[in-house]
Amino acid sequence: MLSALYAGLFYLSASILVFGVVLRMAIYARTPAPLKIAQTPAPTTRIGVFWRMLREVVFFQSLFKSNKWIWVFGWTFHMGLLLVLLRHLRYFTNPVWFWVEWIQPVGLYASFALVIGLLGLWSRRLLVERIRYISSPSDHLMLALLFGIAVSGMAMKFVARVDIVAVKVYFLGLLRFKILDLPPDPILLVHLGLVFVLMFIFPISKLLHGPGVFFSPSRNQVDNPREQRYAPRTPAN
Amino acid sequence: MASPDMDHPEGPQIVADPLKVPNLAFGAMAEIKPFRAHPNHQEPLGFPGELVGNWKEVAIEKIGELANTNRAFRVYLDACVKCGACTDKCHYFLGTGDPKNMPVARQDLLRSVYRRYFTFAGKYFPKLVGARELTKEVLEEWYTYYHQCSQCRRCSVFCPYGIDTAEISMAAREILDTVGMGQKYCNEIIGKVKVIGNNLGLQEKALRATLEDLEEDLEDETGVSVRIPLDEKSADILLVTPSADFFAEPHIDGLLGYAKVFHQAGVSWTVSSYASEAANFGLFIGSQDNMKALCQRIRHAAEDLGVKRIIFGECGHAWRVAYNFLDTLAGPFDFLDPNYPVPQHILEFTLDQIERGNLRFDKSKNDHIRLTYHDSCNVARASRMGDKPGGQFEVPRAVLRAVCNNFFDMDRDTTHESTFCCGGGGGLLTDELMDLRTKGANPRMTALQRVTEDHGVTHMAAICAICKTQFSKVMPQFGYEMDSVVSVHQLVSNAILLDGQEIDGDDRVPEVADAGVT
Ligand code: SF4
Ligand code: SF4
Repeated sequence: MLSALYAGLFYLSASILVFGVVLRMAIYARTPAPLKIAQTPAPTTRIGVFWRMLREVVFFQSLFKSNKWIWVFGWTFHMGLLLVLLRHLRYFTNPVWFWVEWIQPVGLYASFALVIGLLGLWSRRLLVERIRYISSPSDHLMLALLFGIAVSGMAMKFVARVDIVAVKVYFLGLLRFKILDLPPDPILLVHLGLVFVLMFIFPISKLLHGPGVFFSPSRNQVDNPREQRYAPRTPAN
Repeated sequence: MASPDMDHPEGPQIVADPLKVPNLAFGAMAEIKPFRAHPNHQEPLGFPGELVGNWKEVAIEKIGELANTNRAFRVYLDACVKCGACTDKCHYFLGTGDPKNMPVARQDLLRSVYRRYFTFAGKYFPKLVGARELTKEVLEEWYTYYHQCSQCRRCSVFCPYGIDTAEISMAAREILDTVGMGQKYCNEIIGKVKVIGNNLGLQEKALRATLEDLEEDLEDETGVSVRIPLDEKSADILLVTPSADFFAEPHIDGLLGYAKVFHQAGVSWTVSSYASEAANFGLFIGSQDNMKALCQRIRHAAEDLGVKRIIFGECGHAWRVAYNFLDTLAGPFDFLDPNYPVPQHILEFTLDQIERGNLRFDKSKNDHIRLTYHDSCNVARASRMGDKPGGQFEVPRAVLRAVCNNFFDMDRDTTHESTFCCGGGGGLLTDELMDLRTKGANPRMTALQRVTEDHGVTHMAAICAICKTQFSKVMPQFGYEMDSVVSVHQLVSNAILLDGQEIDGDDRVPEVADAGVT
């Protein structure tokens, strides 16, 4: 019963996540950018734009220039999250890919980085008056959600260990559309439940900034209007 | 001119930090707003004369249209994570402390409404995500705070996603125009350009008389007949310059500088009375249609006069429009000489002449000046000069260094792509916003005071008509003379040696036999 419920939620939230994000990106891609609005100094070639994007996505270059505290916490959180997510691939692959094996130990520490980053961001949101002013309840709720996911996940590793082999068997089963038994461990159920919520809201919330960053015209445009006429097809032109 | 405070009786004075973050002052600027456009200013631009009855539907429909036709609008409204990195980057926030002048808060004024009508979360959980109904109060709030944004893009530089509040504020003004709530200053001016050809409403006759007077002044000053041609068919170069260059100080001195450079370079050029305006306020109100109409005047002038090149004079937003949009909106310009970029900036032309060795200068003519340079926002963050990224910073400085011995940059945090707006850009250069303009100029003025302290800087060169007007108005309030702001080409004009020019009485500059000609 429980196994079936969680299976249903898994399929549903995963489809919403995938379709939602794909749909969003399709909308962004379809929406025309009628004019050149590159934020200069900007690269004058496509390759240059690729590097600019890479520096933004990997190092958060602009954020670094802007505010060292937000950068430290934000970057720590995101890199921690990335490693933790990659580490989780071992629950979905059999045999486990070799590089996923490699990052297992790092992934463990990364969970601490993730939590520290989250708490840092959250405390700024609460303590810095400017940021408190611009926060809505959902901004706090999302931090709470991520915090809940992280802490419940870490609890299963460091406090009350669950039968992780059984969990893996369950998820490998789901990938083959077979519903096996999920261990009814309360922390595990909380952890998974929160993850499903996150997947549900991802495409309809600000969490969408992930894919959104690649579509920002001020950053993804090549600065070459004099070299190459910019004439997108739009209703106005 | 402010005196360097090195010899202040109480020892060197420590000047405030231009980046200092103020305490939040809620509602501090809530009452500051520009005059509303009269129906006569609205209708020629294609906007309703006054607030339409079904303003709510019209506004919401317009938001939807923008979301579907402008990727920046949609992505910027969706992607913000409220990280707060931009909160202390706007000069109007730094100068006023009003939290609604923090860039993200300014975006939120519109984002909250977009969320309410166009997103799932905002429709069903408005409280949770800070979504709100569109009401008359909201419209008024937009009118107030979207006219406290000079569209300078400083916030965009510091946002991890490059979210550009300028785009949001242009869109907001377009929505306001669409429901009949236009701003007088911008819309009246756009109307004048559409009918007469320039922001001032200066008719061809008056313009001709002005230019003839200036030619006389030039001859009196130099003893050389330097021309400022108007509507001369088949000239090689069409100069499109802000009309302030024809009458305002220190703009005129810049125009005289262009004329001398063209003269010495030996090129034929002309101003057009039909397109006697580089400024394009269509940008400020986010109206592509109006922007396009003004761009097309320039194209027509270029075609009519049969010129080979188009060069723009010193103006920030005009250069943004010319550099980025002219070709898209009024191109292709395949009737021009393909050996030159379309368009060119006057500084690119002048620097090229300097590098070719066609211009000679007596730099000591500028020795009474200790100079710094104000990067204009639209040049710094929305365009380029030369062929390398960042040329917009290097080209003007190279010209200034070639004509002036004492040059000092301000704090790096307040120049180049991090430059502060003058406080009067984006269609805010109107008297009723003087309080806002002065407060918004504060970060720039504080940075200037620092170089005055450290290096005895007396003058600041600017490359934009709006900056020049704004600074000559506000600088006196910060302890400087109003003529402490100078045109870049004014310094060129001071130092340039024309062939045959009288120097100190009867001596004449000898002709340079091999002066090359472009
Ligand atoms: S820096 Fe960008 S993402 Fe962060 S709050 Fe400002 S606009 Fe939003
Ligand atoms: S564009 Fe400039 S004026 Fe407008 S919010 Fe950003 S920093 Fe402020």
